[in-house]
Amino acid sequence: MAKDKGNTLEGESPEVKADPVARGLIRHHDKIERSATLLLVLSFLVVTIGGIVEIVPLFYLENTIEKVEGMRPYTPLELAGRNIYIREGCYNCHSQMIRPFRDEVERYGHYSLAAESMYDHPFQWGSKRSGPDLARVGGRYSDEWHVAHLKDPRSVVPESIMPTYAFLANTPLEVPNIAAHLVANQRVGVPYTDEDVENAKADLSAQATPDADTAGLEQRYPKVTARDFDGDPSRITEMDALVAYLQMLGTLVDVAAYNPAPGEQR
Amino acid sequence: MKFATETIVVAIAAFLALLGAAFAADDAFRAHAYVLFLVLAITTVVFLRRVETVPSEGSKFSIFGARDTGAYLDNVVRAGVIATVFWGVVGFTVGVLIASQLAWPVLNLEPYLNFGRLRPLHTSAVIFAFGGNGLLATSFYVVQRTCRARLFGGNLAWFVFWGYQLFIVLAATGYVLGITEGREYAEPEWYVDLWLTVVWVAYLVVYLGTIVKRREPHIYVANWFYLSFIVTIAMLHVVNNLSMPVSFLGAKSYSAFSGVQDALTQWWYGHNAVGFFLTAGFLGMMYYFIPKQANRPVYSYRLSIIHFWSLIFLYIWAGPHHLHYTALPDWAQTLGMVFSVMLWMPSWGGMINGLMTLSGAWDKLRTDPIIRMMVIAVAFYGMSTFEGPMMSVKAVNSLSHYTDWTIGHVHSGALGWVGMITFGAVYYLVPRLWERHRLYSLRLVNWHFWLATIGIVIYAASMWVSGIMQGLMWREYDDQGFLVYSFAETVAAMHPYYIMRLLGGVMYLSGSVIMAYNIIQTIRGVERTEIPMGEAALQPAE
Repeated sequence: MAKDKGNTLEGESPEVKADPVARGLIRHHDKIERSATLLLVLSFLVVTIGGIVEIVPLFYLENTIEKVEGMRPYTPLELAGRNIYIREGCYNCHSQMIRPFRDEVERYGHYSLAAESMYDHPFQWGSKRSGPDLARVGGRYSDEWHVAHLKDPRSVVPESIMPTYAFLANTPLEVPNIAAHLVANQRVGVPYTDEDVENAKADLSAQATPDADTAGLEQRYPKVTARDFDGDPSRITEMDALVAYLQMLGTLVDVAAYNPAPGEQR
Repeated sequence: MKFATETIVVAIAAFLALLGAAFAADDAFRAHAYVLFLVLAITTVVFLRRVETVPSEGSKFSIFGARDTGAYLDNVVRAGVIATVFWGVVGFTVGVLIASQLAWPVLNLEPYLNFGRLRPLHTSAVIFAFGGNGLLATSFYVVQRTCRARLFGGNLAWFVFWGYQLFIVLAATGYVLGITEGREYAEPEWYVDLWLTVVWVAYLVVYLGTIVKRREPHIYVANWFYLSFIVTIAMLHVVNNLSMPVSFLGAKSYSAFSGVQDALTQWWYGHNAVGFFLTAGFLGMMYYFIPKQANRPVYSYRLSIIHFWSLIFLYIWAGPHHLHYTALPDWAQTLGMVFSVMLWMPSWGGMINGLMTLSGAWDKLRTDPIIRMMVIAVAFYGMSTFEGPMMSVKAVNSLSHYTDWTIGHVHSGALGWVGMITFGAVYYLVPRLWERHRLYSLRLVNWHFWLATIGIVIYAASMWVSGIMQGLMWREYDDQGFLVYSFAETVAAMHPYYIMRLLGGVMYLSGSVIMAYNIIQTIRGVERTEIPMGEAALQPAE
C-alpha cells in the first residue's frame, strides 16, 4: 500500500463527503474556501476580538491602574535581586499571588492587590506552587535563615525539594550598568526619577554595605532596609541582592489600612 | 557556485556574532554570542565544503538517500521529520530528568542544571522543538499535496527550517545560561524573539504563497487550521514579547507591560499557545493524516466549518482562566471561564469529526497500530478538552490551581494528543518520504503505542491524585479552626506520586526511543521479518 503518488502531482486531497443539504451560510463558505486572502483576513479578524475586549480595558479601568499608598519602584539592589530570581526560574515553583481564600490568607497573608505588582516588568505571579507563595515573604524569616536556606534548603526544611543555590554566595554581584536598567524601566513606565538614575550605582552598593551613608537611598526609596544581607560584609554578592529582594516582598503596602473602593470588595 | 551568497551571508553573520561577543554589555550576552558564533561558523564550514563538492544540480542533494526528483519539495519535510524525532527524544529526556529532580532534589546540579533553568528547557523542547518541527514538516507536506503545488519560494523553506533550529538552539542554551524573560512558554529574550519573528514571517510567506498558487479550486480544511495557527502565533508572539532591552548588546530586557496587564497579556499568549500551536496546528494534522491512513473521507464537511470558526473565535477568550481569584478583575475572570466552557463544544466537534472519519473502517484498529495511535490521540484530545473547561470553572479552579493537577492536564494534552498524533503522522510519512515499501516494524509501533498509552495514564493518574490531595491538604482545617498541614508536609506527601509520575515519563520516553530506532531502520531500508499485526501470534507453522 505504501507506494506513494507523492511525486506525480495527482490530486491527493482526502476528499470531503459532498454535503447535499448545505444551505444558508454554509453554502457561502465556498467563497472563503476559494480565496486565500479572504481566509487569511477573516481568520485574523476572528482571533483578534477576544484579546481586544479582555485586555484593552485593563489599561483604563480604575481598579487595575489605581495607585496604593506605599508602592514605590524597586531599589537598584532589589531590582538586581529580582533579576536573579527571574534568571534562576524561581517562578516555576513559587507564586507571588495570594488568592482571597481563608487558608491562603492565613498561610501567606492578606490577598494580593493589583497595585502591588504595578512596577513588575514582567509580573511574577507564577502558576504552580511546588514551593510556597512568596508574595509576602519579606520580613518573615531572618537574613541568616534565607542564606542558609538558599545554600542548602534541606538544612532548615528537611522535606524541601528545592535545588541548592550556594553559588550565589560566592558570586560577586556584577551589574555592569545598573543605571541603564533603571532607564529601561523608565521607558516602560516605572517612575524612576533622573536623580534615581544618577545615583543608581551608589545606591546599589550603599544598600548592602554596612555603615554606608544611606540617607539619600532612604529618601528616594521609602521603607528600604539597608544592611549586609549575606553575612559577608566584605563584598556584595548575588546572595545579597536576592535576599534583599526576598526581604522586601510584600512589605511596601500597609494592607491593614487598605480600603477598596465600594463595589470592589471581594 | 551553489550557495555562494548563502555562504557569504552566514560568514558575515558569524563575524558579527563574534563582534557581539567582543562588545557584549553583560556576561550572559557574551556567552550567548559565542554560542551563536560557534553555530554559524560550523554552518559556514558546511556551506564551504558543499560549495566545493556539489555540482550545481539541485537534484543531487539527498537526505539519507532520498532525493527530490518530483514535483514536490520534500527534502525539507524529510529534515523536519528527523528533527521532530530527535527533539522529541531530547525533550522527553529532559522531562524525565526534571521529574527525577522533583522526586530527588539531590539531582539538581547548580547552577546550570537546576530545576528552574531546566523546566523551561523541557517545555520549550517539547512544545516548540518537537511540536514545532512536527508542524513545520507536516504543514509543508500537507500543503503541497492538498494544493497540488510545489512549495512557494524555493529555498525559503530551508531558511524557515534552519532558522527555526537556530531559534531552538539559542532558546535552549539561553535557559541553561540563565537568559530568560521569566514568562512561561515565552522565555527567550528579545533578540531571540526578533529572530523567531523573521523566521515566522518567512514561514507565513512560504505557506500562503503555496496556497495562492494552488491547482485545486478549494483550500482543504487542514490548511485552514495550519494557516490560522501560523497567523495567530505571529500575533501572539509579537504582542506578548514587546519589551525594552537594557542595551543592544545585552541579554536583559524589561517587559513593556507590568502587573495585571502583563499577566493577562501573558496568559492570552500562553493559553493560545495551547489553542493554536498545540491544537489548531495539530488539528490540521488530524484532518489530513487520519483520512489518509484510514482511507476514508472526512466525516462531515459542515462540522469542519462550524468547528473551525467557533474554535478559533472562542479560544482567544479563554486566557483569563489561568488567573482565577487573582488581582485580575472579576469580570475578566468570569468571561474567561464562560468562554472556556463554551470551548468544550467546538473541541468535541473536532473530536467527533476525527473519530467518525473512521466509520466503516473501525476494523483497521485491530490491524493497524498507526491508526490506533491516531485514534488514541483524538481520544486524549477529547478527554483533555473536557478536563480543561472543567478546570476553568472557578470553583474547581480554586482547588486545582497551583497544584499538580494542572501539570497532569497539560501532559494528557501534550503527550496524549500532540505526541500521539505526531507519532502517527511520522509513521505515515517516513515510508512515503523515503519510498520504502513499509515501516521496519509494525510490531514496534505497537510496542510504542502501548508504552506511550500506559505511560500517559500512569502520569495523569498520579498527577490527579497528587494535585487534588495537595489542594485539599492546603485548605484542611481541624475542628479548632487551625490549618492542619504546614506547606513542608504537603511537599513530603507528594514524594510517592512524583516517583510514579517519573515511571510514566520513562515509559513514554522508552516508546519514543523505540520509534527513533524504527524510523532509523526504515530509512536504512531494512524490513523486519515479523508476523503481520492482527494475526494470532501462535499460528502453527505451515
